[in-house]
Amino acid sequence: MIELNVQTIAFLICALFILGGGLGVVTTRNLIHATLYLILSLFGVAGFFVLLSAPFLAAVQVLVYIGAIAILIIFAVMLTRSMTQLRQVYNHQWTASAVVSGLLFALLVVGVILPVWGINGAQAVETVSEVVADTVDLGKALVDRNQYVLPFEVASLLLTAAMIGAIVIARDDE
Amino acid sequence: MEDVCSINNLVRCLVDGGMDAGLANFITILLGVVLVAALPLVTVIFLIWVERKVAARVQDRIGPNRVGPFGLLQSVADALKLLTKEDITPMGADKFIYNLAPIIAFASIVLIWAVIPFTPLHIGADLSIGILYFMAVGSIATVKVMVAGWSSNNKYALLGAFRTIAQLLSYEVPLVLALIVPVMLAGTMSMQAMTVAQQGMWFIFMAPVAAVIFFIANLAEVGRAPFDLLEAESEIIAGYNIEYSGFKFGMFMAGEFMHAFTVCVLLAVIFLGGWSGPFVHEVPVLGFVYLGLKTAFVYIVMLVLRSTVPRVRIDQLMAFNWKFLVPISIVNLLLTAFLLYIVRALGLAPAPNQATDFVANLPQTIVLFVGNLALVGVIVSMIRSQGRRQRLADEARLAESETEEPALPAGVPAGD
Amino acid sequence: MVPLWAYLLVAAGLFCLGAYGVLSRRNAIAVLMGIELMLNAVNINLVAFWRYLSPLNMAGQAFTAFIFVIAAAEAAVGLAIIISVYRSRQSVIVEDVDIMKW
Repeated sequence: MIELNVQTIAFLICALFILGGGLGVVTTRNLIHATLYLILSLFGVAGFFVLLSAPFLAAVQVLVYIGAIAILIIFAVMLTRSMTQLRQVYNHQWTASAVVSGLLFALLVVGVILPVWGINGAQAVETVSEVVADTVDLGKALVDRNQYVLPFEVASLLLTAAMIGAIVIARDDE
Repeated sequence: MEDVCSINNLVRCLVDGGMDAGLANFITILLGVVLVAALPLVTVIFLIWVERKVAARVQDRIGPNRVGPFGLLQSVADALKLLTKEDITPMGADKFIYNLAPIIAFASIVLIWAVIPFTPLHIGADLSIGILYFMAVGSIATVKVMVAGWSSNNKYALLGAFRTIAQLLSYEVPLVLALIVPVMLAGTMSMQAMTVAQQGMWFIFMAPVAAVIFFIANLAEVGRAPFDLLEAESEIIAGYNIEYSGFKFGMFMAGEFMHAFTVCVLLAVIFLGGWSGPFVHEVPVLGFVYLGLKTAFVYIVMLVLRSTVPRVRIDQLMAFNWKFLVPISIVNLLLTAFLLYIVRALGLAPAPNQATDFVANLPQTIVLFVGNLALVGVIVSMIRSQGRRQRLADEARLAESETEEPALPAGVPAGD
Repeated sequence: MVPLWAYLLVAAGLFCLGAYGVLSRRNAIAVLMGIELMLNAVNINLVAFWRYLSPLNMAGQAFTAFIFVIAAAEAAVGLAIIISVYRSRQSVIVEDVDIMKW
């Protein structure tokens, strides 16, 4: 069904990173370790982007998520030092949430993945297009009047608002 | 091609010799990776010697001269000494992470070398997003600092890590903004294509301000003087890597030297034309020589700066970045985009078929250079007026305080 | 190439792990990390569908880029709120922040 080649091995390693890291994030008590697991998971996602021939997104993933967001989270963890290693990791509804997450996973598998397997699984792998749009096309699409220039501008506005908001909230009152 | 087995046709040679094609490919790629990774590792030994020699000459000393001819083997001796030192893991340290940090530090630098074009033919991987890759890999450096500082279980290491992170994150902003300018000029993010685009005219003539900003921001990124206050070996004990000893410390140190060298190579590739030079297409190996010469020039400038410029304070460091470098790089970016638009609208830009021609590039270069000069002029006049205002204010305060209380020592910011 | 469903399976697993983290952790920062995991799962799906179904239409990649922006904004504001709460209540446990609860 799936032939074992370099791409498959790379996929498996990345998938291991993603799921192992994700598991570490939700189960580790020490939040610094959880953040490092998060970084591992994000690396795996960047690897997926490379495998899916979206190198720009992979680089931005590393730059934004690992270089900025993960560091921000580590900062927050260290600033709230007394909370880094709580004795009780989970709240009282953790069993319920585990059941809900498990059910959600089952629903996704049955509702989304199995039908996709039917369409695109064993037989139709070869029909994947070899022609892929590259970074230039992404750049053009983001500023094209008929495509995404409005969301693009709104996103930049959002970033500005978030920056000002974060500064105002986290600032010490003198 | 002639029937000689060389690195360029290794795959064919191996397959002809009866090896499996997949294995031959794998071996060739592995060989390339090892070669590209080994190059910086070998250079760094030599670099430390160069650095110590240059610093010594500037300070009217001789420098290392005992081990080997001209003291060339001094770094080797130092490395051996570091290897024999006791490897201490502090109490309460997070062992796994503590040991992981030097590896991250080292690997994140070596990874950058994958996208550096050495000659028209030799490049590790010509990624279409080469420059962004450099930024992404460079941002891993923050992780290494954080991890090293935290896992040591030492207050001072953690404080040093916080300061380092603040510096690294801040200076990444002007770095990216400066890098967009050559990307705009070349119309690509691939390192190889960028070098090819500079065959007619180096980008340093089209975007000198961007080159200088790139250089300064990189000085801060690699923690070189005058931005080395995190380490400040003559004033404080080392920063985030204080608890590291022996070989692990050596890895941090070698990583730092390599990072400094790597950004010099990048400056040479992005702004000084990389491997381009006369006869490079006939004899590709000449590319190594040209790139090496350009890099050496940038590196020597960095070393002389290191031994001549005094260290800045942390508040000066931050103010310089956010109040000076970032606004300038934004204005520079807008200016270059505007000028490029005008140049293209007027038809002054070289046609695609003569993009490597020196004369065809001249009009565009002159326009951009004059624009950059105007920007520099505006900046200098603004600095002058601001400096004058500050001096007058200082004098006024001094005159006022002489009558009432003793004056503040020079350099202390006016407190509330 | 690896079939599409494999990517979707990993993404679904990551999403559910993130959802579990959001629902069950007590520390607000851990909750935020769970949200990051969920956003990443969505990103995997967007890029995978883009690659396999319409590699010439940039919708998938463009939306992923917007999610990056939103994730960065969310992390900045969320962590600022958490730090601000920690300053006033000395706690980042989500159950302790119940002053708005009636």
